[in-house]
Amino acid sequence: MARITAGIGSSHVPAIGAALDGGRTAHPDWAPIFQGYEWSREWLEAHKPDVVILVYNDHASAFSLDIVPTFAIGCADSFAPADEGWGPRRIPVVYGHSKLAWHIANSVVLDEFDLTIMNKMDVDHGLTVPLSLLLGQPAAWPVKVIPLAVNVIQYPTPTANRCFRLGEAIARAVQSFPEDLNVQVWGTGGMSHQLSGRRAGLINREWDLKFLDQLTADPDALRTMSHAEYVREAGSEGMELIMWLTMRGALGPKIRELHRFYHVPASNTAVGHVVFTPENN
Amino acid sequence: MSHATFDDIPGTYVFTGERAREGRHLNRFCMSLMSPANRARFKADERAYLDEWPMHEAQKQAVLKRDFEALLEQGGNIFFVLKIAAVDGRTTQSVAASFAGQSTEEYAAMMRSGGRSPAGLKSISGRF
Repeated sequence: MARITAGIGSSHVPAIGAALDGGRTAHPDWAPIFQGYEWSREWLEAHKPDVVILVYNDHASAFSLDIVPTFAIGCADSFAPADEGWGPRRIPVVYGHSKLAWHIANSVVLDEFDLTIMNKMDVDHGLTVPLSLLLGQPAAWPVKVIPLAVNVIQYPTPTANRCFRLGEAIARAVQSFPEDLNVQVWGTGGMSHQLSGRRAGLINREWDLKFLDQLTADPDALRTMSHAEYVREAGSEGMELIMWLTMRGALGPKIRELHRFYHVPASNTAVGHVVFTPENN
Repeated sequence: MSHATFDDIPGTYVFTGERAREGRHLNRFCMSLMSPANRARFKADERAYLDEWPMHEAQKQAVLKRDFEALLEQGGNIFFVLKIAAVDGRTTQSVAASFAGQSTEEYAAMMRSGGRSPAGLKSISGRF
């Protein structure tokens, strides 16, 4: 039987990918960020999952505004790194787990979460930067990845609660998959940041740290929070944090926080990172 | 959720359906810049390339002037208009700085020292 063994939260700032790919990881602007993920990279060596369900958002790469799925699951065998305007990142192709992805689609749609099924999709920094931060720069990714793209760009975006409950539905789906698979769920994006308008550069450290506390101990406070509050407190792009709730929802009520890291800034953004395990694990 | 709640947040664009309708062709133009061939055509003659799209004149002017505030005012989405910056070889950070009327150096220094504080920037009505 497949089982969810851990959840990871991580920001997905594109400039981190550029720093990694450009060999600037020792630069004073970037070194603290890579150091903050060292513990997790080692932990993952020892607790490598077979499959990661990676909750992320696309940034006008795979999805134009012609079609805007609220939730889209990658059911393909592989996903190519997207060209985001300066050529694709030179990283390995991301291999999916088509069978589990289809099982999840079957299960959660019948559970009344209407996912869009993607049989072809390029993946941008939203997905690949967390992979690089947590798995380094291998010749081939050591895990299979099921991309789960969430619309956090075109309003109406799903509520935080909807994201959380999708996580619960994904957990039920994984538990009913007959093969023995070790599965992790990663929620990405955030933390506080805003790229445009008079508040460009907004960072709300106090709110971010409270978010991390509540994610562990009181996720109900976060799942019932309004879109306006996310935007007001964490900035227009801080809305991405609702994707962490899908990860949290998939882990069950009680979790253990194994690792936490918070750093300002990566370019325009506050970087947050957590590693959780379900308490019954 | 009412737009009024979002409108109470100062200096912040929320990409609603209304904005998407207003910016439909502007954002389509931006997305077209994903193709190297289109980027080359745009660079060769910006005005002629823009005239292929049924955009408002004000939107075209905002593109030509690289006025990112005006682009968002007229329905542009930040992740789409950033594709114009990518054509110019500009960083996201330099665009973010331009919104706040800061030089890229000033903005980068502000970010290194903890970013822009939200104090006084949460609510126009003063409710938050």
